Amino acid sequence: MAGISLNYKYTAFKTIVWKEIRRFLRIWVQTLVPPVITISLYFVIFGNLIGNRIGQMGGYTYMEFIVPGLIMMAVINNSYANVVSSFFSQKYQRSIEELLVSPVPNHVILSGFVLGGVARGLAIGVIATVISLFFSGLHMHNLFITLMVVLMSSIVFSLGGFINAIYANKFDDIAIIPTFVLTPLIYLGGVFYSVELLPEFWRVVSKLNPIFYMVNAFRYGILGVSDVAVGYAFSMLVLFTAGLFAFSLFLLHRGKGLRH
Amino acid sequence: MTPAISIKDLYKTYDNGFQALKGISLDVQEGDFFALLGANGAGKSTTIGILSTLVRKTSGQVQVFGQNVDTNSYETKINLGVVPQEVNFNHFEKVFDIVVTQGGYYGLPVRLARERAEKYLTQLGLWDKHNQQARTLSGGMKRRLLIARALVHEPRLLLLDEPTAGVDIELRRSTWEFLQGINRSGTTIVLTTHYLEEAESLCRNIAMIDQGEIVENTSMKALLRKLHQEMFILDLRHELEQAPALNGQVCQLLDPGTLEVTLESHQDLNEVFAQLQALNIQVKSMRNKSNRLEQLFINLLKKPEQHA
Repeated sequence: MAGISLNYKYTAFKTIVWKEIRRFLRIWVQTLVPPVITISLYFVIFGNLIGNRIGQMGGYTYMEFIVPGLIMMAVINNSYANVVSSFFSQKYQRSIEELLVSPVPNHVILSGFVLGGVARGLAIGVIATVISLFFSGLHMHNLFITLMVVLMSSIVFSLGGFINAIYANKFDDIAIIPTFVLTPLIYLGGVFYSVELLPEFWRVVSKLNPIFYMVNAFRYGILGVSDVAVGYAFSMLVLFTAGLFAFSLFLLHRGKGLRH
Repeated sequence: MTPAISIKDLYKTYDNGFQALKGISLDVQEGDFFALLGANGAGKSTTIGILSTLVRKTSGQVQVFGQNVDTNSYETKINLGVVPQEVNFNHFEKVFDIVVTQGGYYGLPVRLARERAEKYLTQLGLWDKHNQQARTLSGGMKRRLLIARALVHEPRLLLLDEPTAGVDIELRRSTWEFLQGINRSGTTIVLTTHYLEEAESLCRNIAMIDQGEIVENTSMKALLRKLHQEMFILDLRHELEQAPALNGQVCQLLDPGTLEVTLESHQDLNEVFAQLQALNIQVKSMRNKSNRLEQLFINLLKKPEQHA
């Protein structure tokens, strides 16, 4: 692979990313509208109607407390959904062969799809933030931590979506993980409550959930409160990113589900 | 000169145990127009798949312009354009975007990719559809789009797996002309096809593959010389009730106005015409039956027990 110039890699990378962005913008009714409706409902029902009766949590109103979690939930879901659906549908209709017969190196293919997922995740994150302004004021305890956490979380779940798509053989397979794994992890990851409210056993169990660290680190960036040390949460994010990236590359090199 | 393709002792056994290739060896020279013929499941698409890296070989050596496909995949792939057997683009993308995006995968700057896309879509008669979603194209147009997409980076070697399958005659002919032009400009072309007439019309060299083995690898001319018989179709001015009895030649009536005459290699047409004239049978027109290669193909692929 000595013959591959950086310029070539950049062109190929840009092409993949732009194609991914074009895809989710083309089907905006499926990709951008549903999260807007869902997040608005969460804000209205949990934040406004029920939240007013709950009182304060972590020193903030319940609405203020759940805003970071809901934004993070939207970012995670959409990053994952973008990569899993895009890569699997390309695999299913075999248009992924356009890339596989080309000289694009595997790490560029992977990075391109991941950035496509990050682009959609962040786009939804921005939309969710704007919606939250209708219900609550915007706090910003630490902008750098907030941006880094949302970016890394988006990368982690884009990689998760990629691995799911590699293993998937039919469309049902790309719905199983989001339904049976992702959703429970998000709901149990401290989006709607502080783990301090849980009994000791479930508090320990919660700490095995990677989304718990993302939600709390993000909440720290916005509100300055967290159930876990931010440095520890960052270490976990770096670990997940590195591990999933390496595993995804390994699958691509092996041609799992792609080359016969 | 380094061959465009050099394949040595290539084996492929799929995970389900099916042995698709049983040690084939093959060279294709640069500038050639080469046909790979074989029945369904013979191993043609597996060979194309290994060259394009979509299929992993079990063992053997494969080089493209002297570069090993395993160790120098960038150098081999950058020289390769692939037209697959099945349509494999995103049907919801616009025709123009499909070709331009493929250019990006080969490192073409957007401006150059757009110029090339316009050039090849125009040459293949698709420019007026460039802003439409690919799903709106007809079957023949989709196959032409595959060709435009494979050419956007102007590869030195073009692999075509059944390029005109399901395409109507007119579109097939114009696709042939286009491919001949590409070949004349220096692009090496390897095609697999079921249309033996296609191979006979286009290709200079040919390999026949049967059950994973090469059974013939020679020039088209040399191959056709192996035919001991040639068939002609005669359109008659007046209808006949039964085929005339010709002395030395086999003939049969295809319909009351069409006669098929089979000539051995040592016979000539003058004898046929002399006999027909003597029988007062007038020939309106004549054409060569275009399945000479088909006949040879069937002969070559006959199982030993069928010869017995």
